[in-house]
Amino acid sequence: MGGYAVYVWPAYAVFFAVLAWDWFAPALRRRRLSRELRGRIARERIRNTRAARAEAST
Amino acid sequence: MSRSYLPHWMHRLGSPPTFYRFAGALRPWLMGAALAAGAIGLFGGLVLAPPDYQQGDAYRIIFIHVPSAWMSLFVYACMAVAGLVALVWRVKLAEVIAMECAPAGAAFTLITLATGSLWGKPMWGTWWTWDARLTSELVLFFLYLGVIGLYHAFEDRRRGARAASLLALVGIVNLPIVHYSVQWWNTLHQGSTVDWMNLGQSSIAPSMLWPLLVMALATHLYFFASILGRARTGLLSLEGGKQWVRELVDGQSAQTTGAPT
Repeated sequence: MGGYAVYVWPAYAVFFAVLAWDWFAPALRRRRLSRELRGRIARERIRNTRAARAEAST
Repeated sequence: MSRSYLPHWMHRLGSPPTFYRFAGALRPWLMGAALAAGAIGLFGGLVLAPPDYQQGDAYRIIFIHVPSAWMSLFVYACMAVAGLVALVWRVKLAEVIAMECAPAGAAFTLITLATGSLWGKPMWGTWWTWDARLTSELVLFFLYLGVIGLYHAFEDRRRGARAASLLALVGIVNLPIVHYSVQWWNTLHQGSTVDWMNLGQSSIAPSMLWPLLVMALATHLYFFASILGRARTGLLSLEGGKQWVRELVDGQSAQTTGAPT
């Protein structure tokens, strides 16, 4: 790189690092959202089953 | 309906579940094309292209710096168009796309500023200077941050998206300032490398021009793949209570819970 390697390679490193963040951050957020939503659905299901059981026993 | 003059397929594509599937199917192809174009462009720029007669090998930063700078403006224009649609027609998908453009555009602007700084140090002898081009690009970065911040400042996210869209529209005045800054204030930053009206007359050798254009294509393809993924995440988050999202994350929930849709 004719003496300019210390400038050229960090520039390319910044390019790939920032784009990697841009690519993977939404994917991680989507996984976290799905997990939270699955938990919410599971809790709702338990609540609904309990309510149905209570109704049946009265 | 005020949108009735739009073609039928646009209505369909604007519906979140349809868009979610469509974006998920299209995204891998766009990313594959982006990686292929990026590999070709980088090979052309880092291996095939000769060193510059004035700047030596330092000029090779151009192959990422200039495409990122073009993207920083292009993404802003996309955000403003989506923001306009969000404000006028209140299309939920347009709100999501406008708000998801902001971090992607901020990423490209950050790359432009950082790579420009790394290029400026050996060529100009300084990391930073208050040159018109550099300053207006920094303003662009702050505009992106402003849109992100305003969006998150609202409790109601759809209202936040519309307020931030308005800010994005006002910020459009900065785009011509960035673009023409090298002509209006001819200070330190060099002038345009590529003459779009007459590519043959560009102030760059063909062996350096084609990798630059291929890298520009790669960053555009990458952005389209990225924004589709971001929009999917945004829709999932905004539509979390809807039936289609529940079915998506948990196949059996549809039948077993009487949850409101």
